[in-house]
Amino acid sequence: MNAGAGLPILRLGDILISGLLSDLDDATALQFTGELTARISDEEIRGVILDISRLEIIDSFVARVLMELAATGRLLGARMIVAGMRPAVAITLSELGLGLTGVQTALNAEQAMELLGWRRPVEAAEEAPRAS
Amino acid sequence: MLPDELTAPEAREHAVRAEEDLLTARHAVRADAVAAGFSIVDQTKIVTAASELVRNAYIHGGGGTMTIAVVRDRRGRAGLALSVRDEGPGIGDVEQAMTDGFSTGAGLGHGLGGTRRLVDEFTIDTAPGKGTTVTVVRWKP
Repeated sequence: MNAGAGLPILRLGDILISGLLSDLDDATALQFTGELTARISDEEIRGVILDISRLEIIDSFVARVLMELAATGRLLGARMIVAGMRPAVAITLSELGLGLTGVQTALNAEQAMELLGWRRPVEAAEEAPRAS
Repeated sequence: MLPDELTAPEAREHAVRAEEDLLTARHAVRADAVAAGFSIVDQTKIVTAASELVRNAYIHGGGGTMTIAVVRDRRGRAGLALSVRDEGPGIGDVEQAMTDGFSTGAGLGHGLGGTRRLVDEFTIDTAPGKGTTVTVVRWKP
């Protein structure tokens, strides 16, 4: 199923959720964007959440890949939200002079879900009958 | 290139010949930055700088060599020095190559200019037909 980059891409309704690993090499990054773009189009995806909390560095190549993926997704009608950037990565990126222009970011995946319109049904969950 | 007997004992060489060498080089710099006691932010900066430099050597220089050395200044302050050299075509206009937004490859054009901001010392030795050597040092605060 994930013959491309080998990174799992989960689907929740019309949202795709995936995460990048600490050891992202250039070839994997490019395969992943191809795979994600194809699924956005094929499955009529409205939003993509990319968790990067395990990503240890973002250099100018990875930054470009993220910016292009966000731009391509937008052209296809989907929003991409990059979630969970490590503080050290954010500091380094801004020092490099890269702001990830055009890429929406969130503190974590849960906030990204909220940005895409998902709400945690706190009360509903509490009231829901438990399976005995 | 220094003869072996003149190389600092801590210096280690890593060949950059294939795509996977970019990751290996990053790991090596991370390990040395951790061993030298760098903070997580400083580790991230030096590893990001290394990633830019080895990719430049791989893409523009047709491969090269990265040397990592633990260095000390006169006051005893520790630092990590990276030297990345390639035997590629060299850079004709260094000022232009250092300018943000200038790129002849797959990056954003922030590779060299951005790398300079991530380190404390930055020297580049290049000329057309002569290859390129970039040496950077990040001192431990």
